[in-house]
Amino acid sequence: MKFLRKSLDNLKKPFQKGEKFERFAPAINAFDTFLFVPNHTTHKGAHIRDAVDLKRTMVTVIIALMPALIYGIYNTGYQYLAQTGEAFTFMDAFIHGSWKIIPMIAVSYIVGLTIEFIFAIYRGHEVNEGYLVTGLLIPMIMPVDIPLWMVAVSVAFAVLIAKEAFGGTGMNILNPALTARAFAFFAYPTYMSGNKVWVSEASNIDGVSGETILGSLAAGSDVSYTFFEMFQGAIPGSIAETSTLWVAVGALILIFTGVGSWRIILGGIGGAALMGFLFNLWSANALMSFDWMNHLVVGGFAFGIVFMATDPVSAAQTNKGKWIYGILVGIFCILIRVFNPAYPEGVMLAILLMNVFAPTIDHYVIEGNINRRKKRWSSAQLKTT
Amino acid sequence: MSKDIRIRKGFNLNLDGEANKIFAEISPSKTFALKPDDFFGSTPKMLVKEGEKVKKGTPLFFSKNNPKIHFVSPVGGDVTAIVRGAKRKILEVVVTASESQESIKHDIPSIDKIDINETKEILLKSGAWPFIIQRPYGTIANPEDKPKAIFISAFSTAPLNVEYSFIIKNHIAQFQKGIQVLNKLVPNCVNLVVDGNFSALFEQISEVNLTKVTGLHPAGNVGVQIHHIDPINAGEKVWVIRPEDVVNIGKLFTTGEFSAQRTVAIAGTSVKNPQYYKSTIGSSIYSLLAKTQLEDEKPNRIINGDVLSGSATSIDGYLGYYNNLISIIPEGNDYRMFGWLPFVDNSIPSMSKTSLSWLFGKQKAKVNTNMNGEERALVVTGEMERVLPMDIYPMQLLKAILIEDIERMEALGIYEVVPEDFALIDYSSTSKIEAQEIIRQGIELMLKEEG
Repeated sequence: MKFLRKSLDNLKKPFQKGEKFERFAPAINAFDTFLFVPNHTTHKGAHIRDAVDLKRTMVTVIIALMPALIYGIYNTGYQYLAQTGEAFTFMDAFIHGSWKIIPMIAVSYIVGLTIEFIFAIYRGHEVNEGYLVTGLLIPMIMPVDIPLWMVAVSVAFAVLIAKEAFGGTGMNILNPALTARAFAFFAYPTYMSGNKVWVSEASNIDGVSGETILGSLAAGSDVSYTFFEMFQGAIPGSIAETSTLWVAVGALILIFTGVGSWRIILGGIGGAALMGFLFNLWSANALMSFDWMNHLVVGGFAFGIVFMATDPVSAAQTNKGKWIYGILVGIFCILIRVFNPAYPEGVMLAILLMNVFAPTIDHYVIEGNINRRKKRWSSAQLKTT
Repeated sequence: MSKDIRIRKGFNLNLDGEANKIFAEISPSKTFALKPDDFFGSTPKMLVKEGEKVKKGTPLFFSKNNPKIHFVSPVGGDVTAIVRGAKRKILEVVVTASESQESIKHDIPSIDKIDINETKEILLKSGAWPFIIQRPYGTIANPEDKPKAIFISAFSTAPLNVEYSFIIKNHIAQFQKGIQVLNKLVPNCVNLVVDGNFSALFEQISEVNLTKVTGLHPAGNVGVQIHHIDPINAGEKVWVIRPEDVVNIGKLFTTGEFSAQRTVAIAGTSVKNPQYYKSTIGSSIYSLLAKTQLEDEKPNRIINGDVLSGSATSIDGYLGYYNNLISIIPEGNDYRMFGWLPFVDNSIPSMSKTSLSWLFGKQKAKVNTNMNGEERALVVTGEMERVLPMDIYPMQLLKAILIEDIERMEALGIYEVVPEDFALIDYSSTSKIEAQEIIRQGIELMLKEEG
């Protein structure tokens, strides 16, 4: 370890202040701090600090994503192999899925991190860890057969327009990963919707069909899956969204570690359940009469509410605001699903919409606090006079 | 009649090296210093020159903002140095103690006969006035103000901090006398806030409104207590005073001499024999550490005050004017390989559940000064609210200060807080934000604005 430290220190020499490559320090620091927590000591404020930092927080999210990702890789293979009719093992399915998905993750990280590094050097700040999560989320919410170059373009759009244009990590209004998906959705609709894209190779091989449950419901046809099948996740859909079971495991990790807001998650589930229940009462079409419990386990709702709506930067920031925000995401998700058959997947649009309104929600929560203080002041005035 | 308050938000740091309840004798310091930086918001104007002889109680300098406020020498001797920094700012006024201790004696009428103005006059000319701090902003109180209450917090929750009942125990009569004096300033509105679990000693004190507080740090911060008992509204003033300074005022009104008693606990991870010492305001750190054995594998950091809100000093430094505590912890200037992985390095106390340190909550943690990460943009939300038990939105207030929006700072309640209330935010922040520094800047801005 000492040897490694020494060689790193030597390597860093030309990047120090006043040296030749000073400008590129953020790049080398990003690698260095990946290996070692730096030796910086406190110089003002509190003399001791918590062990938590942004790296640790972001890595916790990645750990929480792992169960859904691994299941998503398996399910990608499973959906394809199950329709080809050949016998296959878990490993066969997993290998087929990895073959498809690992290149997508690689492209997402390479393109996104390159842009992040360039901006860090240009702006002279350290590389923020936020993209470690965003870069993994983007492939996880894409259809499996989307061409790699489309992933690259969506990533570039998301990082440049949704994040850096607003000032970088911590300043963005919209969730960057969902912006990438929304961009792909509207720019390349034939690759992002319909009944051919949700199962690996479905568009190439005639015998394989790839319709999502929400897609068939919107088309007015029946659904042949049971609640448990949908919960467990062996259904067509975006790569990692299908398994509510493994998403729930991730949710527990986020809630237990305090990294994800339980208020948003619970609020979202409550809002969606309520809206689904109300539509059940109405039951004018197949989507409306789709049981409210089923609404919670199909499509990207679970994944969205656990991993996207809880993004602390684009969500509401006050505790009260988080409840309101979560509930509204849930309500709008089901509303969009039911009323707009062109977009059977409502959660993406619902979260992006609420991202835009999150600052407004916070504004009114904080105004409440300010008014409380004013009221206290005026009642004190009354007492003294 | 006493009230009970329980503070649920916050975090107790259970650190290694808490002071044992023993008073150890040390020989008195040879040199003493007053540091104008200890008196937030006042600019010093010298009254003595280098080489001048002073008695205990001779004014060394006064405050430019209010020339009536004198800062007096804690000992008799010679002014040996006036240390200046950049722009000739006065950093330290050093007095070397002489063999024969002379002190200035004031005539004190019987306490029953004096009125508010006489009381103020005695406190001002004797040099005891700087013991009284005002809220908002934590500056020295303005004698012309009419505060709505006085608060004394005899409950400390900061890591390693002193137990006031232990310090006050032997001076209970002087403490009561000090309370009587404070009642002259603000009749019937002297609030004494004590630890709800150990309140017996203070229950015998009369002429106070006693409040028993229990809960997590920062429940002992007087600002938090004021917020829950009698919150400050815009334009209102509250005076606060530390328990041992109540004793000092009591002594002044008994003997007629300025009292500069200061009991100091020396504690922390690096201290092998943490304990209490009877000392004097402005003593040199060197003299205070005469009997302290330090772990010396690593360089240590000596802190005037607690590890969250104190200020760094050195062996050549002097005890802070208001400090009852010197904390000594090792510097943490080393690397931790893959230390950013969740659930590793659980020996570092953490509020976050991304560390397993909560499993070891009962154990006393050894800490050092490592940042444990680098400063980042504000990403995580909700963590500041967990450690600020006030009806205030901390992140929004910090942001209002950063953009220097004075109207919003006021609306969000800046007049209710001082930097120490944000110390745990410094500590627990994922983005390693310097919240205390930002609050200090905000308060300085407010002081400038109000003139």
